[in-house]
Amino acid sequence: MSENLEAFRKEVQDWLAENCPPSMRTPMPEDETVWGGRNATYKNRESKQWLDAMGAKGWTCPTWPKEYGGGGLSKEENKILQQELRRINARPALVSFGIMMLGPVLLEYGNEEQKQEHIPKIVRGEIRWCQGYSEPGAGSDLAGLQTRAIEDGDDYVINGQKVWTSYANYADWIFCLVRTDTSVKHEGISFILFDMTTKGVTTKPIKLISGSSPFCETFFDDVRVPKANMVGRVNGGWEIAKRLLQHERSSISASGFTGGSSVPMQDVAKEYSGEANGRIADGSLRESIAQHRMNAQAFQLTLKRSAEESKAGMGPGAASSIFKSYGAELNKMKYDLLMEAMGTQALGWEGDGFDAEELNVTRSWLRSKANSIEGGTTEINLNVVAKRVLGLNDHQ
Amino acid sequence: MGMVLTEEQQLLKDSARDFIEAKSPVTAFRALRDNDDPKGYSPDLWKEMVDLGWAGILIPEEFGGLDFGMQGLGLVLEEAGKTLTASPLVSTVLTCGSALMLGGTQAQKQEFLPKIAAGDVLMSLGLEENAHHAPTAISTKAEKSGDGYTISGKKTFVLDGHIANQLIVVARTGGTGEDINGITLFLVPTNAPGVSIQRTTMVDSRNAANIELNNVSVGADAVLGSVDGGTDLLEQVLDRARIGLAAEMLGSAQHVFDETLAYIKERKQFGVVIGQFQALQHRAAKMFTELELCRSVVMEALTAVDEKANNVPLLASLAKGKVSEAFHLIAREGVQMHGGVGMTDEYDVGLYLKRSAVVEQAFGGPRYHSDRYAQLEGF
Ligand SMILES: Cc1cc2nc3c(=O)[nH]c(=O)nc-3n(C[C@H](O)[C@H](O)[C@H](O)COP(=O)(O)OP(=O)(O)OC[C@H]3O[C@@H](n4cnc5c(N)ncnc54)[C@H](O)[C@@H]3O)c2cc1C
Repeated sequence: MSENLEAFRKEVQDWLAENCPPSMRTPMPEDETVWGGRNATYKNRESKQWLDAMGAKGWTCPTWPKEYGGGGLSKEENKILQQELRRINARPALVSFGIMMLGPVLLEYGNEEQKQEHIPKIVRGEIRWCQGYSEPGAGSDLAGLQTRAIEDGDDYVINGQKVWTSYANYADWIFCLVRTDTSVKHEGISFILFDMTTKGVTTKPIKLISGSSPFCETFFDDVRVPKANMVGRVNGGWEIAKRLLQHERSSISASGFTGGSSVPMQDVAKEYSGEANGRIADGSLRESIAQHRMNAQAFQLTLKRSAEESKAGMGPGAASSIFKSYGAELNKMKYDLLMEAMGTQALGWEGDGFDAEELNVTRSWLRSKANSIEGGTTEINLNVVAKRVLGLNDHQ
Repeated sequence: MGMVLTEEQQLLKDSARDFIEAKSPVTAFRALRDNDDPKGYSPDLWKEMVDLGWAGILIPEEFGGLDFGMQGLGLVLEEAGKTLTASPLVSTVLTCGSALMLGGTQAQKQEFLPKIAAGDVLMSLGLEENAHHAPTAISTKAEKSGDGYTISGKKTFVLDGHIANQLIVVARTGGTGEDINGITLFLVPTNAPGVSIQRTTMVDSRNAANIELNNVSVGADAVLGSVDGGTDLLEQVLDRARIGLAAEMLGSAQHVFDETLAYIKERKQFGVVIGQFQALQHRAAKMFTELELCRSVVMEALTAVDEKANNVPLLASLAKGKVSEAFHLIAREGVQMHGGVGMTDEYDVGLYLKRSAVVEQAFGGPRYHSDRYAQLEGF
């Protein structure tokens, strides 16, 4: 077994040596993130080359079944692949909602045609997906959604509005929650997939406080979608919706909040606020940074423990329920502390007087404030912990 | 003021509120930002403020002012803070006006105070040289040459620097590093040869600049206060600036709290207004508590300045530290309680978040002031 794994490691190393282009082993600027899709543009030509190589191998989705284009790797093999990718500082070949959210539930709930149709395109980054969940009146209370799908022959006709749809204006397809029964709440929701170029779909970007516009209002006006595009059974969408949210939250907490290629906070603090005998000169700032690092390490260890428990077949333990909310708090605190450490140099918006890295910290600080809102707010997350994990019920 | 407004102060507060609400709502600030306004403030609005007497609110009547004291200015600043009004009140009136009144010779007062009161001059304090507030970490040099001085150095985070006609520059005439001795304040016109000013675009869209002084010559009469002994004067000026700014921040924090409170009373999820959830109720109650504490502190500090109390430095640190912290908290909670819309530019709450980050660092943030508070208290 371990001999096989060592052979596999060698194979991975050789393959990466040959296929990972040089610039893909350098830190990735935000604007070179590869999201794939029909209309993808590549600022760096080697990004496309890297995506194609990884996609063909199925290694953008290493543990997904080979029959749908995935890598078909075991957990152990995947661990080795990830180690080797990290060792050469390889950039992620593809970042996508298809990988993080839709793929896993399609594999679980989709029918054979749906898997054959959609999974390989997710693996190769050919189709970019967006998430049509939230509505103006249905955020935390997602099941209150009102977008209607009404049967008409072989189709559903969809009318309504979504909001905060990340990258809807770049997406090729949407996975969408619609109401197919108005007489009940959760049991009247269905999960359906459709092409964003279908007649009647429009998007309108929303400007964020960080200045960028990564998400949209999305409108559906008599959008015709074949019945065959429904995943699972009619009115059975809520279970799928929740499962997808689990995948979303675990991928947010695992990837979004940890690591990051920037300089460690303690070094930033020394550079901008002064150093005395190897210490951060401001004792109070030093203490806060140390506290943050200790919390971050405790969090990392908890992620690790949870991973090992699930590998040992113990299923996701109670600890996993706190990943999203705690990870969000840590990341927000990280940027608040970075802002403090960098002082007025972290207060720039654009133009002269600040370097690119400094301006990036300011914008990321603003962006981080969404961490405790996106993918379900911290309040909702903690409500779930209190009710489901701790058995505390509403007093009402 | 003490802890209760006098009738006269209540009148001033009411008229300031009416004026700001009518002439300078948040949409006015947005317009400056969205039009990339090169001045970053509205001269027309400023003219109206001057006509109301606000530019001279601190200045004695003999120099053309209203002599309403810090309590009067504090009330105006608080109202201005509510709508994020951008104006020269903090730089010209509060900071530089105080410097001239506290440290100016009769001639300097004669020259500048009537002009400030009449809105004929805009002034900025060139103090900071690093990314953190450090009033004595000055390396800008002023060297004796002939009767006067030659000044060279770099200043950063100079509030309203690019619209000022006149600077007050903190420079070193002696000592090194962070010595408290050897610091001198100078009046430097911005059109003096060797002064170059670069506006910096800040996250809160308010005015600041980097300034470079390259062998700038000034006469002996440019010295404000005493040569080498400027730290005393500077600290008094800064304490007033801290207290005045705390009043402005109190207004901003109060406003963003009020908006958040209104939002959670109106936004419905799960069939009820979200303000019915205890998870939000207790946090709202805590923010309210903080605001009440801040109001007491600000009132006491403003009054102490006018009464020339000897604990002004302590109260200045208390006010700037405490209100910075409260504004920091309330702006962040405001965004969170708004949910997704809190992250959008369309809602105002994000503007207050940005403002909180900048204003908390001006003249020292919570860490600076808790350290200073401890020092002043002798522990
Ligand atoms: C950057 C970003 C990206 C996003 N991307 C997507 C996307 O791609 N697709 C998509 O569908 N959605 C997306 N969302 C939407 C996100 O899921 C919602 O914003 C979130 O679920 C909150 O809903 P809301 O904005 O309506 O806030 P509300 O539900 O109105 O919440 C407002 C406040 O009330 C609190 N609250 C609500 N209910 C309770 C309760 N029972 N107890 C205590 N407190 C409560 C909330 O925690 C919050 O603080 C995104 C959001 C952000 C910020």
